Amino acid sequence: MSILNDIPILSFILFSPLLGIVVLLALPHNRSNWMKKTVVVATLIPLVLSFWLYSEYDKQQDGSVFDEQQSWADIPLNKETQAAVPSEFKFTLQYELGVDGLSLPLLLLTTIVAAMASLAVIQVKKRWKAFFIWFLLLEIGILGVFLARDLFLFFILFEITLIAMYFLIGIWGYFNRERAANQFLIYNGIGSAIMLIAFVILVNTAGFRMDQIGDQVSFLYSGSYSNIFHNLADSGAWVNLAPEQMGTVNPFLMTHTMQWTLFILLLVAFGIKLPIFPFHTWMLKVHTEAPTAIVMVHSGLLLKMGAYGLLRFGLLLFPEQARAFAIPLAALGVINLLYGALLALRQQEFKLVLAYSSISHMGIVLLGLAAMNEIGLQGAVFQLVSHGLVSALLFLVVGSIYERTGTTDLRELGGLARSMPFVSGVLLTAGLASLGLPGLSGFIGEFLSLLGLFESQRWLSVAAAVGIILTAVYMLRAVLKITFGLQREDYTALKDARLIEAIPMIVLLAFIVLLGCFPSVLTDTTQLGIDGLLDQLLATRAGG
Amino acid sequence: MLKEVPFVPLTWTDMLYLAPEFLLAAVFVLLILLDLLMPRRITRLTIGWLTLAGIAGSLLLVVLRMVDMNQGGVSGEAIQLLGNSYRVDDFGSLLKIMFLAGTALVTLLALGSVRDDEAITARAEYFYLLLPALIGAMMMASSGNLVTLYIGLELLSLTSYILVGLKRKSSLSAEAAFKYVVTGGISSAMLLFGMSYLYGITGTVDLGGIAEALPAALTDFKALAYVGFFFIIAGFGIKVAAAPFHAWAPDVYQGAPTPISTFLAVIAKGAAFAALFRIIYSTLLTLRDEHAIVADDIWLALLVLAAAAMLAGAMAALRQKNAKRLLALSGVVNTGYMLVPIGLSLSVVHSSNFSEFVYYFIAYLFMTIGAFAVVSAVSRASGNDELRSFAGMYYRAPWTAAAMVVFVLSLAGLPVTGGFFGKLFILLGAANAKAYWLVVIIVASSVISYYFYFGFVRQMFMRSGSDEERIRVPVETGIVIWVCAAATIALGLFPGPIMEWIDVVFSLQSDLMMLG
Repeated sequence: MSILNDIPILSFILFSPLLGIVVLLALPHNRSNWMKKTVVVATLIPLVLSFWLYSEYDKQQDGSVFDEQQSWADIPLNKETQAAVPSEFKFTLQYELGVDGLSLPLLLLTTIVAAMASLAVIQVKKRWKAFFIWFLLLEIGILGVFLARDLFLFFILFEITLIAMYFLIGIWGYFNRERAANQFLIYNGIGSAIMLIAFVILVNTAGFRMDQIGDQVSFLYSGSYSNIFHNLADSGAWVNLAPEQMGTVNPFLMTHTMQWTLFILLLVAFGIKLPIFPFHTWMLKVHTEAPTAIVMVHSGLLLKMGAYGLLRFGLLLFPEQARAFAIPLAALGVINLLYGALLALRQQEFKLVLAYSSISHMGIVLLGLAAMNEIGLQGAVFQLVSHGLVSALLFLVVGSIYERTGTTDLRELGGLARSMPFVSGVLLTAGLASLGLPGLSGFIGEFLSLLGLFESQRWLSVAAAVGIILTAVYMLRAVLKITFGLQREDYTALKDARLIEAIPMIVLLAFIVLLGCFPSVLTDTTQLGIDGLLDQLLATRAGG
Repeated sequence: MLKEVPFVPLTWTDMLYLAPEFLLAAVFVLLILLDLLMPRRITRLTIGWLTLAGIAGSLLLVVLRMVDMNQGGVSGEAIQLLGNSYRVDDFGSLLKIMFLAGTALVTLLALGSVRDDEAITARAEYFYLLLPALIGAMMMASSGNLVTLYIGLELLSLTSYILVGLKRKSSLSAEAAFKYVVTGGISSAMLLFGMSYLYGITGTVDLGGIAEALPAALTDFKALAYVGFFFIIAGFGIKVAAAPFHAWAPDVYQGAPTPISTFLAVIAKGAAFAALFRIIYSTLLTLRDEHAIVADDIWLALLVLAAAAMLAGAMAALRQKNAKRLLALSGVVNTGYMLVPIGLSLSVVHSSNFSEFVYYFIAYLFMTIGAFAVVSAVSRASGNDELRSFAGMYYRAPWTAAAMVVFVLSLAGLPVTGGFFGKLFILLGAANAKAYWLVVIIVASSVISYYFYFGFVRQMFMRSGSDEERIRVPVETGIVIWVCAAATIALGLFPGPIMEWIDVVFSLQSDLMMLG
């Protein structure tokens, strides 16, 4: 074990897709089969590594041994205006990676979904090389978002997913791809711009630190997450000192208003990504226009980045505000849940049913977060992982159906169970997982989230339960229409799934069943992350 | 109040300090003669290469001087020539390095594009007139008094008026030259008017002298001081194309030969920034107590100008269909970003305005020249510089398209590029100075700008062009593109070394403030 500790395993996971990119660049344009193999291998490496990490993590009960920290760049700042000249005054950019119980399940989810999506890229028909390169860059970005422990590193990797997605939707999407890509860019651009404002203010206040070694005094601004986390929680840190305690002025003070502003900024920034109700229109377009592999990654992983960001930066850095905002947050969750479910009920386009269903399921995540207790948070994380697997599987099936029938319109599809029994079976199971059938993963996530919410806000959880019923209605309506229902004549000759399509379906299904039957595989790990979080929440409650 | 002005002769040592400028002037004179004497059958591209050599020599001299001045990792004292009317200091030298490197790239770009450009008949002038313009820019960065500054400015402006109109067979070029002469003239007039007020209330044209006399002058002539400063800011506002003084930029950039547009966008703009930076910081920083309010007002005016440039530029660019006009408006937005560090003033926790400015300027230099180089290659192939002519570049020139993506990302301020860190440092500075409203405007304008910058990407990767023929990129243009792309990425991956270097060589006290 000690030898393995010296290996920067997180960096390996983060950068292993880069290997694939290098190989791809070297391959000639017409070797599409080699390229496909390269992509699959390049996504399998981080998958294997993250499995190993997951198993090791459980044994150790503490993820900090894996943390990596390197100085990326030290930006010296001019200190000529300072009265007592410090020996150093700088802004440090850190290359800092880490995992804990919250990010590890999402990291594993990323590598699983990315690897399965890489098998679905066989449906791409043109410009393979560029597609595969952007795809792997997208994976690096997502992995990095879950691994980064420095605000700016997080931001940079977040933006890389934005750029990669823009290209992937705009070039390889369906008919309205350009509009979808533009809308994606502008909405998410606004989201990350708001995030950047919040981060810049955070670094300038809570990110300030004074180090003293002997008589070497150094002042530094740092985007290090742990630094900001501790400063905000420490009542003696500069960021929390009133001006009177400092002498005259405290340029680093974060007032109560500022804390609230930052919390709201972060909520909106990640709310767009999640998406929370009024900010959701962009993701409908992406869901309908993006190619199969990309929509798997988008629905399965990118939406999770929003929830993760909200949890990591909104709730963990500002627990006091989060607690005070719990009821509005839960209300937003209920709105998402009901709005998504009601609109899903009305759609004729299956992809839109799934898109609205994603909105609805993200509402459950919000409910879990708003519960502000251990069970609720467990539920939220569980729901994230479960929805990632289920929606990736659903879109994979949609891709296969579209490839054969050329449509995803519910009015035209029907009776596929006869000609495509395997695909239909998978679709049915995935639909059942999505509506929360016990024994499949969706159930545990919804159950835990609502249970948590029931403890803290009883009435809202009753309203939420209505949404769960609606989920069953719209999901069964759509899935049953496709699998059973009247069969069109030209669909009788459709071929069932090829092996390369069946493998990712089986793998994803296996994980869904595994989590449904043995939820502790996931919850034990999440528990480790949540313990720390709850300490923090309880401490603020005790403090004021 | 007027002091007798002593006559200061130029000594041999002074000449050595001025060697970079003198070398350029010598090469300039030599090239005029060579153009006259050289037989017609020898291609005028030779003059271009000689111009490039002259610039490289001058660059070497500036670097050597800088190394000499900063031995032992300590910022050296500024060298004052001719009664402090010309200063050789790290502020000036850093910017001169940028101007020289920028002009070298522009010359190379001109070498690549002129070969089959029928519209440019005066090929020798096309190259050697860059030299006096460059000398003017260097004088502006080094000037320690208003008169030197004005002479530098006029030298730069007059030569660039000619350069803009060099495409004699194009009516757009003539129109551009005319517009540039008129607006340039207005700008010079405003500057002179403002300067005359400053001279009037302080009795001196020396920047250090103005700083000394200003507090006393303000008690009696506060309103006149405001008029003076506002006119100077407006004058430079035209030169750097800050809104609402930016309307000339799209027309002029569109009409001028592409390398000359690049020169205007980068070097001419940078020189105006350098002069503005020096005037503002030398005169205003020393104001204390009741006069500090005046300084704050002027700084606020600069910030308002910056905000207006960012928003107006970004809005105007949204509907732009011409690549060169688009880049001109993008230049307006970037002017806004670069005005922020100048207008933020200093505070106890924030005084690294200069390094923020320089880092962004370096990033701006490479990404703008690179983008213009790509435009020049594309318009050479298609015969026009509409955005539409970028269509299908993925098929026609995949590597050039990839380089353009780098420039677009950098201009939009997205990682991993120099433009990202440049903008990040400016943002951090603004937040440090508690100018949160400005943080919001900077970020908002960059989101708006995503839309039009990605217009290039849309054309290159998502549309198919009218012809599928490969775009041939001339070797010189290719070199410019790849140098700029490599530099842009390097600035985005390793922002540390340059910032450390600036921190070591530059000192507010000895390089910018002229008191004491």
